[in-house]
Amino acid sequence: MTESPRSASTLSLSARLAGGLVVLLVVGGVVLSLATFAYGRAAAREAFDRLLVGAASSIAASVSVIEGAAVVDLPVSAFDLLALAPEDRIAYQVRGVDGAVLTGYADLPQPPAARLVTSGPVYYDAPFTGEPARFIRLTRRFAERDLSGTIEVIVGQTLRERNALAEDIALNALMGLAIGGAAVVLLAVLVVRSALRPLDELALALAARDPQDLTEISTAVPREVASLVGAVNGFMGRLERQFDAMRNLISDSAHQLRTPVAALRAQADLATQETDPDRRDRLIGRIHDRSVSLGRLLDQMLSRALVIHRIDSARREAVDLRDIALDIVEAGDHKLIAPGAEVRLEIGETPVIVLGDPLSLGEAAKNLFRNALAHGRAPIVLGADVQGAQARLWVQDAGPGPSAAVRAQFGDRFVRSAAADGRSAGLGLSIADSVARAFGGHLALEDSAEGFRVAITLPQSGER
Amino acid sequence: MIRLTLLLLCLALPARAQEVVRAFGPENALTRLVLRTTTDVDILAPTVEEFLAAHPGLAIVYEQWGSNALYQRSSEECATGESGADIVISSAVHQMIRLVNDRCAASWQSSFSTGLPDTLRWRDEIWGVTREPAVMVYNRSLVPPDQVPRTRFDLLDLLRPEDSRYAGRIATYEISQSGLGYLFAYMDSQEATTFGALMEAFARSGAVATCCSAEIIDGVQRGDYLIAYNILGSYAVTEALRDPTLGIVAPRDYTLVLSRALIFPGSRVRPEAGAFLDFLLSPAGQLSLAANNLAISADNPAINTEADAPDSARRLIPLAPALLVAMDRAKSERFLSDWRKTFAQ
Repeated sequence: MTESPRSASTLSLSARLAGGLVVLLVVGGVVLSLATFAYGRAAAREAFDRLLVGAASSIAASVSVIEGAAVVDLPVSAFDLLALAPEDRIAYQVRGVDGAVLTGYADLPQPPAARLVTSGPVYYDAPFTGEPARFIRLTRRFAERDLSGTIEVIVGQTLRERNALAEDIALNALMGLAIGGAAVVLLAVLVVRSALRPLDELALALAARDPQDLTEISTAVPREVASLVGAVNGFMGRLERQFDAMRNLISDSAHQLRTPVAALRAQADLATQETDPDRRDRLIGRIHDRSVSLGRLLDQMLSRALVIHRIDSARREAVDLRDIALDIVEAGDHKLIAPGAEVRLEIGETPVIVLGDPLSLGEAAKNLFRNALAHGRAPIVLGADVQGAQARLWVQDAGPGPSAAVRAQFGDRFVRSAAADGRSAGLGLSIADSVARAFGGHLALEDSAEGFRVAITLPQSGER
Repeated sequence: MIRLTLLLLCLALPARAQEVVRAFGPENALTRLVLRTTTDVDILAPTVEEFLAAHPGLAIVYEQWGSNALYQRSSEECATGESGADIVISSAVHQMIRLVNDRCAASWQSSFSTGLPDTLRWRDEIWGVTREPAVMVYNRSLVPPDQVPRTRFDLLDLLRPEDSRYAGRIATYEISQSGLGYLFAYMDSQEATTFGALMEAFARSGAVATCCSAEIIDGVQRGDYLIAYNILGSYAVTEALRDPTLGIVAPRDYTLVLSRALIFPGSRVRPEAGAFLDFLLSPAGQLSLAANNLAISADNPAINTEADAPDSARRLIPLAPALLVAMDRAKSERFLSDWRKTFAQ
């Protein structure tokens, strides 16, 4: 399927799905990776900030007041705690109530002034002897008789272990993500394959078909593909009908033309051997009549082929039947076929709208009209009107109408007798009937006091 | 404050003077390493020569320093950014830890250096290269075998009687002058409550605090002191092998074990200097150190021959940032003032 040059121009379904999935995975992966790194950083920061606050609190707690002076007895435990980040250097400083450094590093970065509004611990990032570090500042208030004020403790630590932990967390999470992504890809491949399998089966079923086989595809397919199969089935149905029509046309033509052409040839043979001029003239006259009716037969057969082709393929549109009647009368064919015959047009003021193909309807009406001219008795009346919910396009003549035999055969494709003697009223009726049926109506044959009327009766359309 | 000034004066005076300078290796060597160390040159010399034998074209200038002076100098050089030494090895490991914490040491990694246990290295900038126990030294001819102290409690018992013959004849390091002495005393104060009792007993009995391993061992040999406390095992064993009157005890309650710390001052390690560290940590280097009593195991024949000290009593001084507490100004001030109060009596 995908190998044919037509479908090569558009992406295969698998490629589309794979592309979509890759985009999804990449975007999702990037977003998740960023989130993972942020999470790792936050988790590491939280973990190591706890060490800082623990160490700072323990140092602050070790400050005591002896004889009016704050004395720091630096606890080893604070450093053991900080040593849980074994690769990091430690900065510390304790300042007395007067701001003088009691012990520790003399020149540590101080917290930004904006952060000092809170009374709780203040965390800040600053360099420690040229290496980025994280600091905490903690205060402890003294209200003794001989010492009152705030002792300040600053503890800092470089970031090696923090960054290592953040990386570790992120990498572990990414590993999980990667495994998950791979699993998703694998699953997606399986899912896509199983989802596309009905298409493959359909392709196999189509490929295995006999080229002549235009019957419906009966392979069971999922709902999404069913519309496609429906369309294919519809298309093949139309194709088959057209094939049929073509076949019919050919066999009809062969069948219906053989006899008149043979008769013509026989008469022409007779004419060439005839020596008596009177009888030869009569023979020639008969040949002429035969040719005319053969021409009409050909017309009708072609128009039937056209009609059958069109009613399957042409679009339905709103048609005013009055226009069709008017067009036929105005075309003036009757002046050629039956010069001198009286033809009337009977149409009203109100439009007679049906849904149909104007050309097919025109052909149908023209056939009926010619029938009336050929076989009926003048005056011929062509009309269009509305009866109840039915729109009608009719032809009426003053004669008795076709014989009971013709009426009985009405609707048959083979109107053998009519064709045989060149009187092809049956074929015209059959065309009209096909058109009427194609547009949801029927052909009505009516006898009345005024004569015989044949009407294409279609459901009226409210559309204009 | 006056004490602090005195102390600083004490520290400052020898700060510009190295005690001994000796050059090893060929005079026309292309590369010359400067090694500053607190180790007596005679003790480390064989190891240095063994290293140079494997590295022709390399020379080492050996400078022997006092620990406080060495720290002072290294710290100053770190501040100015000009390093006068390629390798520093000090027994005052707390001072080396402080240098590392002050970002004064360069980083080095090799299969030997990373093979050290975590307690003997930090940040790949400081490594413990030796194993030297802090021991008690006594004069065999003056201390009867049944009075030889096996533990600190035994020592306390000897000092308990009013008329103890050990009164005034116990010696230990003067910790304000010796960084190593300070470290041992500080570790004692962290290790057990016996330290307080010992201080009190030293104070009551008039123990002597004086400078330097060699002098103290000399005093014991002469009989000026009967027992010396917290003497570095490497010197004691070396002397004891020469002089059988010298007895050595590794206390059985606990024995501090010092691992001399090596750092590369400055921001960059010269590959030859790194090779020296790798040699010290290699099996050959460790054998050489052991042969010179710088890597003393618990079963060294010179120590404690009469008794079997449990291995679990050995307390290695870990090269960890917790030693920064020993360098804390307030801490050391109070520690020294307490010490001085004890020995001023």
